Amino acid sequence: MTAREEILASVRRSLHVSGDEAPRRAAVAARLAQAPIGIVPARGQGDAASRIATFKAEAARTAATISEVWSADDVPIEIARWLREGNMPATLRMGADPRLAAMPWAATTIEVSHGPSDGYDLNAVSAAFAAVAETGTLALLSGVENPTTLNFLPENHIAVVFADDVVGDFESVFTRLRAAYGVGALPRSLNFVTGPSRSADIEQSLMFGAHGPRRLHIVMVGTD
Amino acid sequence: MSATVTTPRFKENAHEALGDARLQRALHHARNFVPRRAEAVARLPEFDALRDSARDIKNHTLAHLDLYLEAYERKVEELGGHVHFARDAAEARRIFLDLCKAHDAKRVTKGKSMIAEEIGLNAAMEAEGIEAVETDLGEYIIQLRGEAPSHIIAPAIHVTRDDVEADFRKAHRDLPAGRDLSQPEQLLAEARGILREKFLSADIGVTGANFLIAETGSSIIVTNEGNGDLTQILPKVHVVVASLEKLTPTLNDAAQLLRVLARSATGQEMSVYTTLSTGPRRPDDPDGPEEYHVILLDNGRSGMLGGQFEDMLRCIRCGACMNHCPVFQAVGGHAYGWVYPGPMGAVLTPSLLGVAEGGQLPNASTFCGRCEQVCPMRIPLPSMMRHWREREFERHLSPAAVRYGLGFWAFFAVRPMLYRLATELAMRALSLAGRRKGRFSWLPFAGGWTKYRDLAAPQGSTFQAQWRAKSGAVK
Repeated sequence: MTAREEILASVRRSLHVSGDEAPRRAAVAARLAQAPIGIVPARGQGDAASRIATFKAEAARTAATISEVWSADDVPIEIARWLREGNMPATLRMGADPRLAAMPWAATTIEVSHGPSDGYDLNAVSAAFAAVAETGTLALLSGVENPTTLNFLPENHIAVVFADDVVGDFESVFTRLRAAYGVGALPRSLNFVTGPSRSADIEQSLMFGAHGPRRLHIVMVGTD
Repeated sequence: MSATVTTPRFKENAHEALGDARLQRALHHARNFVPRRAEAVARLPEFDALRDSARDIKNHTLAHLDLYLEAYERKVEELGGHVHFARDAAEARRIFLDLCKAHDAKRVTKGKSMIAEEIGLNAAMEAEGIEAVETDLGEYIIQLRGEAPSHIIAPAIHVTRDDVEADFRKAHRDLPAGRDLSQPEQLLAEARGILREKFLSADIGVTGANFLIAETGSSIIVTNEGNGDLTQILPKVHVVVASLEKLTPTLNDAAQLLRVLARSATGQEMSVYTTLSTGPRRPDDPDGPEEYHVILLDNGRSGMLGGQFEDMLRCIRCGACMNHCPVFQAVGGHAYGWVYPGPMGAVLTPSLLGVAEGGQLPNASTFCGRCEQVCPMRIPLPSMMRHWREREFERHLSPAAVRYGLGFWAFFAVRPMLYRLATELAMRALSLAGRRKGRFSWLPFAGGWTKYRDLAAPQGSTFQAQWRAKSGAVK
């Protein structure tokens, strides 16, 4: 017997089942197809304005910083300001996301480059797929639009969130993903990011920028 | 790395740990977990309902584990990934080393994984001349020290800042000797710089998995540093090592489990990085691994299903039980002698290694019950430790003093009249003898207790006598 057959046989022996029982198969098929939603905390629920307020408050608790702009056209100027005020060089790496590509970067002095990170970029910007109010979490997807390496390798990571994409909870992100990619399908990486990288491995003292970005800045677009 | 087992020496290990002043100083920091968890739980009114939900999801999954394994495997293979089943540690190591050989791997980066510890993956790589690089800061520190982790989520909790500085000066000889490493931030920056080069040049990246999702064929890792992500997106090959019970039906089910995981572990609402990896990189992807392998380890778990210790398979490795355990706080993780310390280790170790090897650990409990109180998966840890104690006793593996002591007590316990008489006499005698101070700083046969603390003197009659008097008064 192969290891696979032996392990499955051992599981079935312990559970006193054959694996062919119709009710068991039906229970599993139903759960996979329906993906029932369990307990969802009330914290993230509410109308768009209250979701955004909760997202901002929760993200701030994770040591991310947030600024808000009225329209997508204001994003480059806001990022230039943030880089300048933090004494960071005016460089920025990004993918091919059309929402970012449409922004007026030429109106700033930021030197923009495109593609995944080779490990030596200081600053990167990504457009988030969604943001979760419940815990101040960003949902970022892999792909040519927003390469995953940009989320982790640069010193400073900026995430652009469109106000319409702020959802209450994780289940809502999964619902949106099923609508965009099909049932049971996901891009290669889905990164839920809650604050900047940190470690408390030396005497439990909290330090930022362990291996990922030291700073996480969120630019929220389209709020009043 | 930590395949060596010293669990049968638990008593001696614990003794040494108690006398180790440096370790005791370091363990002090582990107490921070308790108030942090309490604060996170207090902020979430649904927390207890989520614990019930999480428990029910895992129970359902375990009852249908064969079918979820098949569904998960199908999904991974559909996406171009590979699932390898491993009956035991040796088979898992062999599968991994074959992958290394096939890719001519010289350097392997590793995210934090308890399963990699359980199968002794680092030692296996070193024996083949492959450089294994731990990338979690805590794991990196203990790898330099040649030690095993002493806590499942804070592996270097037994190490002080001074120790880390000394280790880094010894290991990083290319850096200027006069550099300032007095602050933890400087130590972190140095590790970040050194490990960044390793990340970029690794041939294979290994991570564990917190959850394996049958619905999508995804593996999920939860980290704070981002090292697990760099480990899995930079090399050409990503290998996941995970045990069978990590199976979770759907993404929505994972959301329930994630809501209790970080809060129970570090007191965070969410860990910084929760990453879902699904297969190898897609045709258009500019980054990510070209190959994706999952090594699914049994190592005794399938035999735990349906039995007295099945509940243990719900464990999501948050570490709350050890953070709240008075025994763990006193002796640290290394005393437990294998991979899994604390109450979860006391239950799991005899299940995986056998009662002859691990039977000592269930005795490392005062049965205070805090582990069960805080367990997000509602695992009845104390009663499972009691089951193990019974098995140890039945198999005559307990030490003679314990057996005679229990026999002596049992003689009285089955003779209630005699028991009452004996305890009343003893109480009266102790009460008289301790009358002056109200406590004893020394007692015959109780030196083990009185060496570290005083024993309060009884105030007079026994509980049973007082109970009889009270209920008589009510009637």
